[in-house]
Amino acid sequence: MPFRDIDQDHRRLKDLKSETRLICARITTAFVSVLVLFMILVVRFYDLQVIHYDDYVTRAESNRIQVQPVPPNRGLIFDRNGVLLAENRPSYTLSLVRERVPNLDATLQQIAGLISVSNEDLENFRKALSQRRRPYESVPLRYHLTEEEIARIAVNEYALEGVEVEAQLVRYYPHGELFAHTIGYVGRISEREVSGFDDEAYRRYSGTYSIGKSGIERFYEDQLLGDVGTQHVEVNAHGRVLRTLERIDPAPGTDLHLFIDIQLQRTAAEALQGRRGAVIAIEVATGGVLAFVSTPSYDPNLFVTGISHKNYQDLNESPDLPLFNRAIQGQYPPGSILKPMLGLGALEAGVITPQWRIRDPGFFQLEDSAHRYRDWKKYGHGNQVDLRQAIVESCDTYFYSLANRMGIDRMHPVGTAFGLGEKTGIDIPSERAGNWPSRIWKQAVRGLPWFPGDSLNVSIGQGDVLATPLQLAVLAAGLADRGVIRGPLLVERVGGVKAEVPERRTFTASEENWNTIGSAMEGVIHSPRGTAKVIAKGATYQIAGKTGTAQVIGIAQDAKYDRDKINERNRDHALFIAYAPVENPQIAVAVVVENGEHGSSTAAPVARRVFDTWFALEAARQAVEKEQTALGF
Amino acid sequence: MILKRQDFVRRLPDSGHHFKSATSFWRLIHVDPLLLLGLLLLTGYGLVVLYSASGHNYFMINRQLFFFGLAYGAMFVVAQVNLLFIERFAFWFYLLGIVLLVLVLVMGVGAKGAQRWLSLGFIRFQPSEILKLAVPICVAAFFSVRVLPPRLTHVLVCLAFILLPSILIVKQPDLGTAILVGTSGLIGLFLAGLPWRYIIGTLATLAIASWPMWHFVMHDYQKRRVLTLLDPEADKLGAGWNTIQAKTAIGSGGWEGKGWMEGTQSQLDFLPESHTDFIIAVLAEEFGLMGFLLLIAGYFFIISRGLWISVTAQTTFSRILAGSITLTFMVYVFVNVGMVSGLLPIVGVPLPMVSLGGTSLISLMLGFGLLMAIATEPKRVTI
Repeated sequence: MPFRDIDQDHRRLKDLKSETRLICARITTAFVSVLVLFMILVVRFYDLQVIHYDDYVTRAESNRIQVQPVPPNRGLIFDRNGVLLAENRPSYTLSLVRERVPNLDATLQQIAGLISVSNEDLENFRKALSQRRRPYESVPLRYHLTEEEIARIAVNEYALEGVEVEAQLVRYYPHGELFAHTIGYVGRISEREVSGFDDEAYRRYSGTYSIGKSGIERFYEDQLLGDVGTQHVEVNAHGRVLRTLERIDPAPGTDLHLFIDIQLQRTAAEALQGRRGAVIAIEVATGGVLAFVSTPSYDPNLFVTGISHKNYQDLNESPDLPLFNRAIQGQYPPGSILKPMLGLGALEAGVITPQWRIRDPGFFQLEDSAHRYRDWKKYGHGNQVDLRQAIVESCDTYFYSLANRMGIDRMHPVGTAFGLGEKTGIDIPSERAGNWPSRIWKQAVRGLPWFPGDSLNVSIGQGDVLATPLQLAVLAAGLADRGVIRGPLLVERVGGVKAEVPERRTFTASEENWNTIGSAMEGVIHSPRGTAKVIAKGATYQIAGKTGTAQVIGIAQDAKYDRDKINERNRDHALFIAYAPVENPQIAVAVVVENGEHGSSTAAPVARRVFDTWFALEAARQAVEKEQTALGF
Repeated sequence: MILKRQDFVRRLPDSGHHFKSATSFWRLIHVDPLLLLGLLLLTGYGLVVLYSASGHNYFMINRQLFFFGLAYGAMFVVAQVNLLFIERFAFWFYLLGIVLLVLVLVMGVGAKGAQRWLSLGFIRFQPSEILKLAVPICVAAFFSVRVLPPRLTHVLVCLAFILLPSILIVKQPDLGTAILVGTSGLIGLFLAGLPWRYIIGTLATLAIASWPMWHFVMHDYQKRRVLTLLDPEADKLGAGWNTIQAKTAIGSGGWEGKGWMEGTQSQLDFLPESHTDFIIAVLAEEFGLMGFLLLIAGYFFIISRGLWISVTAQTTFSRILAGSITLTFMVYVFVNVGMVSGLLPIVGVPLPMVSLGGTSLISLMLGFGLLMAIATEPKRVTI
């Protein structure tokens, strides 16, 4: 027993009195220490709670209160009659706040066990995660959750720290591919776009996941976006929002109303179905675009929340190029389409008169040259071809002679006045300018002088001439409106404000010359030898137009174009421009059908259907108006 | 009358002034009424804070009430035990504790990477809690039969008694409890009259030895705690989070606090461990500096009473034991409040009487039971 043997210490005796004194002294010392220690604590708390009170209150508040951006509703897009073309639909999105997820991989795995998460989703998520974003900003993982999926997440919420189900408005295009090439689409904001943001843009896009990527969505991005709001919310340590303390509402984006009539658009798209091509209809009086179709098209909804790799590959690698906007990016040789314009220019320049005639053996030869510039008709159009016949029957030889007389220097300004060779300035991006060659252009680009033969090629819209279908539509509208080149414009009203369609160019010609050309173009459809007479049948109104055929591959001298031997993709493009009614033109149309061979057989009927629909709609509108007037509205 | 040897030894003059009547009611039931009052007030205050800290969890409060009942009961039972008995079996008591500690290391169960519990099938307990009492009892008993102030040999033997369990507990690892156990023994040593030259010499040696300690002895997590204490902002979301959030909670309480159950830091879960080790931050946030001072006053009252009991105790054993228990209680409070307010590194020490938890509460109240036994020890006959 170690405690029992007390007398190992023989030299000292236990002195109880002094021991008591010793211990009491030590307890007193300890008591003083207790006082000192308590004082230290009190001073510490005084320091924290009184002296640094403000600092810590601020800290506690910034812990608790978070400022969140409230994204604005994107502006809606309507057609001219108020039919909704682009809207915002509520969609439930599963997103993660990286800062609150303790173990990302485990959480992702857990989520994948509850709802389906594709590799695409994961890929997009990781991409978004690696991009610059504000702290505590949620990163979307899965869009369009179903009710059942929401319930599954809700049940497991306690185990999913940092995982949120958010109701968001997501862009939706109810008419799918019908407007893909006009309205375009929105998509997730990319890293590149973010890095291009200035502070103001960064602020405006906080809380917004998407941005206009193409078409009207991109061109009018600024108006459609609106302005971001903010809200102060109380959150707990797990980031769960408990209540909203203060809120500044966002300003919704501006609505857009288009010139386009959805029924006309649908007719145009149906008329081109199964074909590659473009149809554009322009309202002559305003320059507004009534229909704008490029086929094939694609579903813009695929892009809104991030297109899957496979879908994108399919679209991108399709030989039909659905992503390619033929109406503004397709550049085609306009072919004979240019003949009325050039005829008018020649009349106005005094190069020819309406009575001037040529002999057409089926080809034209320049002096001192053996090369034969062939007419499309092997033995020609006869010995007395005048301007009217040349336009009605599309006589190439006539225009070869005309061009030879006129020369490029007088031809070039005519095309320029009608807007060839420059962008129309339509309100969607990525437009191409086509090409309207001149002496200067050839010298600059080819480094060659202009040869007389070049003018001949230009006169039949071949050679170096390229035009987009939109440019051809503008040309048609310009011919219809007697030289006034407007717009064109897709958006009629931004919010309540009518958009101003600019008058870009004008071509002045005498009344008489206009009548000559107009009557010739009418003859193309309504005379027995007109190249587009097939579409005259049953029309209750008069149409003026011009067919065109553009070669895709060069045909050797004297070789015959044999359609059966030529690959479908190498067949000629069919073109057609027209306006109606002749007396008081309302609507001008351009149609391009790739590999459609003849403007008359494939392109012109498309225009006829567009006209029919338009006038039927017009008649219905007038009937309604009349009824309303009668009822006293 | 045959007197035992111990009775000669332990008979002290001038003792037993604290009760006017030798046969008072309180002395009969072995309860010190002032100490009991202090403990009850603190218990009540603690439950109020705990209710808020637990997020209005009645279940938790009920469980804690049950533990309080158990602990007060244990205190009352221990208060009845004859101190002579305790003194005589001090060493065996201590030895039992050491054996259990070794068992914990061999076959203990635990959580969060630490082995602290011993399971007896129907009940689990922490043997380290036994040592919280066994060590001061052992030290007190050791010195009660030796001439004071102690010789170096006795000091060294005593240190061995203290260090053995402390090291075993550090191994679990449970630094907080080891510090408390070691401190309780050292306090006993101090009260027994450890010469000042030893104290100063040791402190100086420790200061010099701290460098090798840092590099060769301390665990990474312990180092991190110390570093975090020095600069909590360095790792805001990691190790510094607890300290930053606790300081924010305390500081934002101000003079008057945000009101009961109105503390944003604690109610919105920013404060970690808010119902256990960090509960003082909840109190400071919701009741402000006033509430904190009230709590400190409560502790001060209990400690003062404990020291008074120690001064007026009848034997050297009782004095050293009462002093050790009381001052260890003080260390509890200081370490906990100091760590939460960022003065000390974070070691797992609960706030006595307030933090949720049964085990530490029971060992604490057993200590107060001993204090009561000492306070009401029958007067011995003086010859």
